[in-house]
Amino acid sequence: MEYFLLFISAIFINNIVLVQYLGACPFMGTSKSSDVALGMGGAVIFVTLMATAITWPLHQYVLIPNGLEYLQTIVFILVIASLVQFVEMFLKKVIPPLYKSLGLFLPLITTNCAVLGVAIMVQRNGYSFIKSMAYGLASGIGFLIALVIISSIRERLDIAPVPHVFRGVPIALITAGIMSMIFFAFKGMVA
Amino acid sequence: MVTSSILVLFLLGLTAAAVLAAASKVLHVEEDPRIAEVEGCFPGANCGGCGYPGCGAAAGAIVKGEAAPEICVAGGPEIAENIAAIMGLEATFKEPKVANNICTGGSRANLLFDYEGVEDCRAEALLYGGEKSCGLGCLGLGSCVKVCGFDAIRLNEEGVPVVDMNACVSCGKCAEVCPTGAIRVSGMTMDLLHLNKIDDCLAPCMQKCPAQIDVRTYINQMKNGDMRGALLTMKERNPLPLAVGRLCPAPCETICRRNIADDGVAIHTLHRFVADWEMNSGSRVNLNCNPPSGHKIAIIGAGPAGLSAAYFLRRIGHEPVIFEKREQTGGMMKGVIPEYRLPSKVVDWEVQTILDLGVEVRNGVEFGKDITFETLERDGFEAVFIATGAWKVPALELENAEAEGVMDAVTFLKEVGNSITDLKGKKIVVIGETNTAMDVVRSAARLDCDVTSLVGCIQRKMSANKNEVKRATELGSELLFLTRPTKFIVENGKISGVEYIEVQYKDPKKALGEPLPVEGTEQTIDADLIVVATDRVPDMTPFMDAEGNIPFKINKKTGGIDCDKTSMQTFMPNVFVGGELHTGRSIIIQAVADGRMAARGIHHFVTEGEIPEPKNPQLRVIPESILKNMDVTYTIPRINVPEITVEERRSTFKEEVKGSIVYEAARKESSRCLRCGLTCYDAEAGAEYAQDADVQKFSELGKE
Repeated sequence: MEYFLLFISAIFINNIVLVQYLGACPFMGTSKSSDVALGMGGAVIFVTLMATAITWPLHQYVLIPNGLEYLQTIVFILVIASLVQFVEMFLKKVIPPLYKSLGLFLPLITTNCAVLGVAIMVQRNGYSFIKSMAYGLASGIGFLIALVIISSIRERLDIAPVPHVFRGVPIALITAGIMSMIFFAFKGMVA
Repeated sequence: MVTSSILVLFLLGLTAAAVLAAASKVLHVEEDPRIAEVEGCFPGANCGGCGYPGCGAAAGAIVKGEAAPEICVAGGPEIAENIAAIMGLEATFKEPKVANNICTGGSRANLLFDYEGVEDCRAEALLYGGEKSCGLGCLGLGSCVKVCGFDAIRLNEEGVPVVDMNACVSCGKCAEVCPTGAIRVSGMTMDLLHLNKIDDCLAPCMQKCPAQIDVRTYINQMKNGDMRGALLTMKERNPLPLAVGRLCPAPCETICRRNIADDGVAIHTLHRFVADWEMNSGSRVNLNCNPPSGHKIAIIGAGPAGLSAAYFLRRIGHEPVIFEKREQTGGMMKGVIPEYRLPSKVVDWEVQTILDLGVEVRNGVEFGKDITFETLERDGFEAVFIATGAWKVPALELENAEAEGVMDAVTFLKEVGNSITDLKGKKIVVIGETNTAMDVVRSAARLDCDVTSLVGCIQRKMSANKNEVKRATELGSELLFLTRPTKFIVENGKISGVEYIEVQYKDPKKALGEPLPVEGTEQTIDADLIVVATDRVPDMTPFMDAEGNIPFKINKKTGGIDCDKTSMQTFMPNVFVGGELHTGRSIIIQAVADGRMAARGIHHFVTEGEIPEPKNPQLRVIPESILKNMDVTYTIPRINVPEITVEERRSTFKEEVKGSIVYEAARKESSRCLRCGLTCYDAEAGAEYAQDADVQKFSELGKE
């Protein structure tokens, strides 16, 4: 039950992009078509999990014992960036099909703030390793859902009679705002 | 604290760098360096026009040898050569293609309903095929514009897409998304060899013309001052615009939609005007030809059909050689058709235009004597096009038909000005109802002799055009309708007269069937010379073998060689036939059309080995394109073409009867063209001349 609530909370109530406003850049940049959105969402889930898996022990067993918590942000950025580079090379060599579907997006999210945000938040909330991983997975899914929804809306908007000045990013930002308000309606669903 | 922070970060960074450096060595993936090199040559648009998903995949395919170096549609020949150089291959010639929009109507078409849905042509087409009443017109929502990755299409003010020829790379995306097929991608070979299809946007004139000339487009180009463009449009279908502009009886004008409103557009006059513009300018408009393909084709006969086939074959890259029995090139156009209809120097100019493309003519070579199908095949000719024409006038089965003083029409016309120069005061009887007969009458009348013509039917049943008959009578010759010769009278071994009988139809009003002689109406007229012009048929002797057999099927009705209707292929797969040898006595534009169809057949035959059957060809006039009534605003009088007087005609052979017109007059005439589509047209055509005294609104006619 605890994990179920964690999932609902991370996906809907505290959606990482629509409620917490993290990762707004890829949310706008890669939401023009639903194919790209799916690939990007998948990549975010993958990287979030990897990043949580490596930063949690790093924080618990290296930073805290040495009293270096104040270096958390900068260390996480460095570690996540190197990790993604490494994963990219690894996939290219070992699992080429996965590289083909995610490869294009991996460099885009080296230090995506949604990824970094998850890594920092699990520490702040004091989650256990397992719970951290679940939270990372749920946040990634939340990002994927938000991205797929907005990309579908934008595909439909492309062929709609949108006033010229609103074409492209402006109408997308307005759409994102409305979606964000809709997600706020989940507030209070879980106490 | 500062020191430890720096130390920790330094160590961490060092570790990460070391891991990554090690990983890049350990996990390195071998890639053929040529893939990156080839990909670097591409424009990088990832348009997919080559059939591969993106430039990287195409580069991979080229390096693997699965694709040819000239695969990139967006890159020109230069890019193909660069890639070929990397791969150590030879780039072959790739014909440039371009997208074009065939719909000229767009906003003119009637609306079936008001569409307010999603702004996309494909979405609109899902709803009863779109709001336009025309099934093949542009819907105007610009799906092609959105899909174009090269910014080469825009919608004009009428909402019809216009392709920027320089920006278009012919990737084919626009044609793929267009639900009505209004946008097509084609190259020169396809443009030149395209046969009308029922799903093309065809105005009635374009359906009726045997050569399928794009009348609407060239008239419009000429009107806008683009003479070069107009000429090139004509030459996509007709390599002999000067001759056709003078000789064609213009079937297109009779079906012109404007006939419903006032008079048909003078298409024929405008055709000649555009062709004359090139000749009078003194320099030839450059015609693109594909580089030689190495396929040699023999053409027998340098008449309109042979020249036409040679022209089209040369332009699409083959190497035609014309064999001609006579010393002159041009067939009937040269030396048979009288000077006052088609001057010899005009033919020479026109023939030279075709020869300049690289077509070889070998004069004085007779088929059946100097060359045969076997020798041609031995000399490396992959296909033979036979177009020797119909030069033989069948002798009449009458008493004394072979006597001195009886001559056939072709010999007469050939010899006028050579051995026949003085016929002053002589009595000449011309027998026949053909155009050739009318030419004989006209030429004889100009030599100041007394011409009588025996015509076996009433005027509207004659195979000669109305215009020709009019010109023949203008010169004072007598046409005896419904008469038939029965006997040639000979005195002292020479012709002295003709006995003829009157004939009548069973039902004179309907005038059907063959008219029958009326008993007791025999009369005689004096004659010094009788010219037989009843018919012209092909001469088959060159094709006979030693036993007199002909290797072809002969059509009993026309006397011509039968062949496939669209490819012109005979029972011998490498022999194609066209012109009057196929159709029997006919008009020049039919020969030109045959030449083009044969060129298409030969092209497919020599390159692919088989000739594809055209899909949905337009064989007869499309019924929905023939309108019952029209709503045109302005009535503009049809152009008057200056002619020399009848008196002047009597004294000269050299001057053409029909004169030329000036540009302003041609423009005004072209403003009468309604730029018809399959069903739509410009109701406001001619508005720019509304101020002229002779231009009126139909609504105001008869109000004064």
